[in-house]
Amino acid sequence: MNFYQTSVFSSLLFHLLLLLGISPLLPGIIARTKAVIAGRQGPPLLQPYSDIRKLFRKSMVISRTTTWLFRAGPVVGFAVPLLAAMLVPFGAMPAPLSFTGDLVLFVYLLGLARFFTVLAAMDTGSSFEGMGAAREATFSVLVEPIIFVAFVVLARSSNSLTLNTMLSAGAGGALFSGPAAMSLILISFCLFIVLLVENCRIPFDDPNTHLELTMIHEVMVLDHSGPDFALIQYGAAMKLLLSAVLVLDLILPSSGSMLFDGFALVAGLMVLAVCIGLVESAMARLRLIRIPQLLVGTTLLSFFAFILVLR
Amino acid sequence: MTNLTNEVLMAVILLNFFTLGTSRLGACIKTVASQGILLALLPPMVHGINGHSMVLMAGALIIKGTIIPWLLFRAIRQVRIRREIEPRIGYIATLMIGALITAGAFIFADRLPLLPQHYHSLFIPAALSTMGAGFIMLITRRKAITQVLGYLILENGIFIFGILLVEAMPLMVEAGVLLDMLVAIFVMGIVMDHINREYSSINTEHLRLLKE
Repeated sequence: MNFYQTSVFSSLLFHLLLLLGISPLLPGIIARTKAVIAGRQGPPLLQPYSDIRKLFRKSMVISRTTTWLFRAGPVVGFAVPLLAAMLVPFGAMPAPLSFTGDLVLFVYLLGLARFFTVLAAMDTGSSFEGMGAAREATFSVLVEPIIFVAFVVLARSSNSLTLNTMLSAGAGGALFSGPAAMSLILISFCLFIVLLVENCRIPFDDPNTHLELTMIHEVMVLDHSGPDFALIQYGAAMKLLLSAVLVLDLILPSSGSMLFDGFALVAGLMVLAVCIGLVESAMARLRLIRIPQLLVGTTLLSFFAFILVLR
Repeated sequence: MTNLTNEVLMAVILLNFFTLGTSRLGACIKTVASQGILLALLPPMVHGINGHSMVLMAGALIIKGTIIPWLLFRAIRQVRIRREIEPRIGYIATLMIGALITAGAFIFADRLPLLPQHYHSLFIPAALSTMGAGFIMLITRRKAITQVLGYLILENGIFIFGILLVEAMPLMVEAGVLLDMLVAIFVMGIVMDHINREYSSINTEHLRLLKE
């Protein structure tokens, strides 16, 4: 086995370990942060693990009006974050799979997961879920330009079209000094907003309300139960981890030591989860008509970063 | 030092976007005030600490950062409005136009025959885009108070231009501009009060007919 193969193998192992092992911890940390701020004790940090284990042991109730699409939604929602993460470097650990233009594949893999969730929601024939699906589709249309403009900025400032090189732009501490520092700061802010929208966090969607009229993502999975629902929750946790890694890749400078950087990434993930909890405690959910306004504003912010990096 | 001025100018441009996108008047006034304060920091940063730039800074701080926001807050308290309800063009559209103007300002600034030391600075694009944002505010909003805010942003843009010329421009001119602005705000305040008393709202829509 030559050196290249070993490094691919070890980075694959690292990616899988983080995705499958650590990802359910992040929702736990967010919930705990919110509980502490609100003066409650809150559920234990490892609660999401128990939830997922419990759900896997239950049986499923499947409506007779549904087709195979209803079962396909959770499976795709679980598999796609795993696949998409293979294109993204985790801190100093390079991506196991990398080729020119993989950013397009990355964005549309996430789009595929959303497409299947929407289809599964509409397959139930419930009007509430149709409404949630419509909202999800609308907001995803507004989020995609943010991600693409952000990636274009990164591609331009790193002169490459692979996520591996693009996302390590901040590794050399370019965020703090250097010609593209300002646009990188703007882009990391935009990616943080993307994290909040994509994972249905508070200014955009409240994952805790169980009032169908106000929900976006949660309303689409109301009819899933048992192992299917466990897959959805696991997939959502991995997606949260993946979007958090996107932000951290830009922010964290690298020290050169693989081991230290790995620990720094995990610590960064925890800190970011606490930050999300703080944002959720401090802000109220936006009215639905204000969300597009904020998303268009964020797109313009990333567009502005693009103008700056072009000069 | 020049690095920090660039960050200040960036913040000024971002504040433009914020004022274009928000509907709450209180937040708008605060944003314009903080923009004024940021601009007040620029003369000493660019030209070093000397009498001329310090006077400019103090003038801008007092007038842009304190007196005008105070007057405007008093005005909205008196006429009891909180929000710009229905702009002529929606917020998203205004934001888009603002972004296009900013992009245009950056492209245009690179083509101007400037002094070599100003060639790649953010000053000219920041000034042009701030003026543009002020213009959009003036054109698209219905309430007299947001129009006043648009006028203030426009003036902030001119102030950024002025900073490049501080050495060439006598202090009296700058002082005159600041004073003019203050008087204009006074007059607008009085006019707003009159409109409000006449129509019990401050929509400038009502001012269509000229009477002898």
